[in-house]
Amino acid sequence: MNTTSLIDVAILTPLIAIVGVLAFSRKPNMREAVSLIAGVILLLVNLKLYSSFNQGEALSRHWLEILPGLNLSFRVDALGLLFGLVASLLWPVTTLYAIGYMRGHNEDHQTRFYVCFAIAIAAVMAIAYAENLFTLFVFYEVLSLCTYPLVTHTGTEKAKQGGRVYLGILMGTSIAFFLPAIIVTWLVAGSLDFQQGGIFPEQTPIALLSLLLVLFVFGVAKAAVMPFHRWLPAAMVAPTPVSALLHAVAVVKAGVFSLIKILVFIFGLDTLQEIPATDYLLYLAGAGVVLASLVALRQDNLKARLAYSTISQLGYITLGALLAVESGVMGSAMHIATHALGKITLFFCAGAILVASHKSEISSMTGLGRSMPITMAAFFIASLSIIGLPPTAGTWSKWWLLTATLETDHLILMAVLILSSLLNIAYLLPIPLRAFFPGKQADAQATAIHEAPPAALIAICATASACVLLFFFPNPLFELVSQIFTEGTP
Amino acid sequence: MLSHLPILQVILPLLGAPACLILGRGKLAWLFALLVSALSFCVAAILLTTVYNHGVISYALGGWQAPWGIEYRIDLLNAWLLVIVSASSTISLLAAQSSISTEISLEKQGLFYVAWLLCLAGLLGILATGDAFNVFVFLEISSLSTYTLISLGPNRKSLWAAFRYLIMGTIGATFILIGIGLMYIMTGTLNMQDLAQRLPSAGESSTVFAAYAFILVGISLKLALFPLHLWLPNAYSQAPSIVTSFLAASATKVALYLLIRFTYTIFPSEFSQFVVPLADIFVALGVLAVFSASIVAIYQEEIKRAIAYSSIAQIGYMVIGLGIGGVLGLQATLIHVFNHALMKATLFMALAAIAARIGATTLTSMQGLGRKMPWTSFGFVVGGLSLIGVPLTAGFISKWYLVSAAALTGRWPLVFLILLGSLIAIVYIWRVVEALYFKPAADNSPVKEAPIAMLLALWLLVLGNVYFGIDTRLPVSISSEAATALVEGRP
Amino acid sequence: MTLLLSHYNYWVVVTLMMIGFFIVIAQGNLVKKLVGLNIFQTSVFILYISSGKVTGGSAPILQDGITSYSNPLPHVLILTAIVVGIATTALGLALVIRIKKAYGTIEESEIQQRDHTC
Repeated sequence: MNTTSLIDVAILTPLIAIVGVLAFSRKPNMREAVSLIAGVILLLVNLKLYSSFNQGEALSRHWLEILPGLNLSFRVDALGLLFGLVASLLWPVTTLYAIGYMRGHNEDHQTRFYVCFAIAIAAVMAIAYAENLFTLFVFYEVLSLCTYPLVTHTGTEKAKQGGRVYLGILMGTSIAFFLPAIIVTWLVAGSLDFQQGGIFPEQTPIALLSLLLVLFVFGVAKAAVMPFHRWLPAAMVAPTPVSALLHAVAVVKAGVFSLIKILVFIFGLDTLQEIPATDYLLYLAGAGVVLASLVALRQDNLKARLAYSTISQLGYITLGALLAVESGVMGSAMHIATHALGKITLFFCAGAILVASHKSEISSMTGLGRSMPITMAAFFIASLSIIGLPPTAGTWSKWWLLTATLETDHLILMAVLILSSLLNIAYLLPIPLRAFFPGKQADAQATAIHEAPPAALIAICATASACVLLFFFPNPLFELVSQIFTEGTP
Repeated sequence: MLSHLPILQVILPLLGAPACLILGRGKLAWLFALLVSALSFCVAAILLTTVYNHGVISYALGGWQAPWGIEYRIDLLNAWLLVIVSASSTISLLAAQSSISTEISLEKQGLFYVAWLLCLAGLLGILATGDAFNVFVFLEISSLSTYTLISLGPNRKSLWAAFRYLIMGTIGATFILIGIGLMYIMTGTLNMQDLAQRLPSAGESSTVFAAYAFILVGISLKLALFPLHLWLPNAYSQAPSIVTSFLAASATKVALYLLIRFTYTIFPSEFSQFVVPLADIFVALGVLAVFSASIVAIYQEEIKRAIAYSSIAQIGYMVIGLGIGGVLGLQATLIHVFNHALMKATLFMALAAIAARIGATTLTSMQGLGRKMPWTSFGFVVGGLSLIGVPLTAGFISKWYLVSAAALTGRWPLVFLILLGSLIAIVYIWRVVEALYFKPAADNSPVKEAPIAMLLALWLLVLGNVYFGIDTRLPVSISSEAATALVEGRP
Repeated sequence: MTLLLSHYNYWVVVTLMMIGFFIVIAQGNLVKKLVGLNIFQTSVFILYISSGKVTGGSAPILQDGITSYSNPLPHVLILTAIVVGIATTALGLALVIRIKKAYGTIEESEIQQRDHTC
């Protein structure tokens, strides 16, 4: 088969899976098998794309022209591959986990759940391989819409409220900021294709570029740059697998991914350095990192704490890209992968705890390590990765980010990153530590609690071990991100 | 035969109406009306391709040459609207029988189709004719039959709505009549092309100015342009559901066509540029319409009414496009005319299907319908997304062109106002989506999915929304050429 | 003063038009509204017809020795408009009858009151 058509396969596989899911809507086993198989196929397809890409094949695919000059077209590049690989790796894992979770919880509307899930993954694939900003925007919106039913899944008043905030902020910003920014870019640059070094002509006024930059940074609200971050905690009403995939992988990463793409391939790093707005946004992102960490510290609900932690970590990625140096962008790109692995493990653990012990408050989890040792051990490893301590993958991305702040003499930002890492320790590590070393209190409470369902446990172990593996074998990741700036240069 | 197409376009439904009366009641009349409407659509499609390939068609009625005789003149602009109107009539008629069988008593059903065909004839006539007085006559034909159609609504409020519309509509039509009369007094002609040539020499006399003002106000009344929109929410929400679907997709579009015709083709361009700051007035009124109507729509409990208010807002967008002017602005308007017809027909069709099954379209009565009527509900969602302007739906294309037009002319605040308007649309659409999918049904009585004919019509429209959001060649190329012709052909 | 006299037909038109318009807006009784609408339309008819008059012109019937005719076209146009006007009035009156049956009143304020109470 022609390798370029693999791009189509990557986007269409989840959509085809929907047919299977709908057909077997009354047979849960078959339905979930279809989801899993599709996930594995998707992973294989992405791996094949990866190997073809490494052999230097140019992979691009043109679908159709929607308006004159505005195409739906796709191209595989290093950054996209990174995102595509991470998402397709975590989809089957999450599906596995979801099977355990949804059954353990007896949730309603499971078919709708799997359908929307699959559409979301298809949209993520399309975003990852988008060749131009227009294609990216189209699927960015698709992603917002198809995740809305997932967020509102339970249909309670709280879920609806959360769904409203979720959709309101994501759609609102994308229509009010993102779309006009795209249209203006189109009118100014005459193209929306992602290109090495940016697409703006040299004589574009700096003021206009500044305005556009601000519009883009706030318009891509999925990147949760403060003050448009409220949707993330609001969306925590969703079932945990949704939170895991959405808030560790699909939605938020689609946000920062889009942002990096825009900064690097629409503006270009050189242009970015000349724009005065970049500095303000840098400090805004830095402030967001610290503030979100501080807020996380005060949350007692585990998922809420993880949500704010995500906001803070997304701040790292935004910040790295805004530094406008190659090491920063590479650090950001790596952080997409490492944070995805770490955060999804944490969410899995949170869900496992909820299913097994019906606990969602951190204060009540003391001593849980005895009854759920595997879950809590995984939680510990993932926490290390988020903090950025060896022997976990998070070390590498933080390393690069810190290097980038040094390189650009942004010492304050370096301090911000270090301070935030300390805060990470403060809000993440106590949870597994107290679980294993409860001290004197309450020994007897935990007897009735058992480990999470096996399907969930497998998923948790897989992602946690990936965190460790990626520390020892980071080379493929390095090679991929170092190609962001080399490939495609004319 | 082919050379007589322009008159055939109007004569078909006009003669179809009395024939329908002879056929009597019920299904037979429906099938006949559907056939007539489908034929009209075919004629319109042929006309459009002919005009697109070979240029303007001029048809002398009865062999009397213009400017003495009545001329039917088909250019891209009206050919485009002929297609829109006849298509929306055909699709609505497809679903009509299933819809009115629950809303209109059997003995009146035959008459219903008579009024429908007359209305169609009137609308097509307004579009096809090149004679100013003929416009008035056809306007009244369509209006009178519209009042009748509205008064056939399910409860007594529809009578009151029809009466109020009759008063407002007649005043509007009479205003247009005054304007045409004044133009005739000044130029001695009624032919549009002839008028366009003679009006500049009539100069900027106050009579021509008065004619202009009367015609603008009259059309704005028919168009339901803010602040002359008060008749529309009542008329749309009280009419039989399927009539709303038809009218929303066609009647206001025809009024908009008149507005374009009079401002661009007939009156000299100095009028709309220098004598009256028409561009600014249009933009201002359009923005006011978008915001006032959208905000009112949020607070409506009756969803048909909410969507009717949304129509007023959407008319605002079209008028904004006119106000921006130039090829781009005009093109944005023409694209939106088409896309809006699609999405409003979809939304009202979905509501008609819901009304046919549960007899009401209030927010509370629609709770939990997402499970009971999955196809209808999903159709409504797609129509709503299109209205909001989500990518891959027709509405997005409209928004793209409108925003580009505003940005290219440097109207930055307008760009944000337009987009802000669609944010409000999210709110009133999402209230319904939440009710459909995430609220438990008020009672657990079983509700069947909509009748098959309605589903068919609804899904034709839904697919149209998606199709024309992806493959935009047809509306974009036609609107671009029509707009260029209008702007360049200005006297 | 000469303006007033030489254009007296227009003054008649304007006066009638305003009277009709005023009745439509001010009267609550639906039948009276229709009467006002008729007066309003009639004023426009007069505008058309009077504009067809050519000073010194005769009725537009071909006859020997007459060279100047009034313009017949406005008359023809207005015949159509009169027909339209009658149709409108008929439809309006029919609606009023139905409203009377459904609401038991033809006063605007009472109709609105009854719509709100139920």
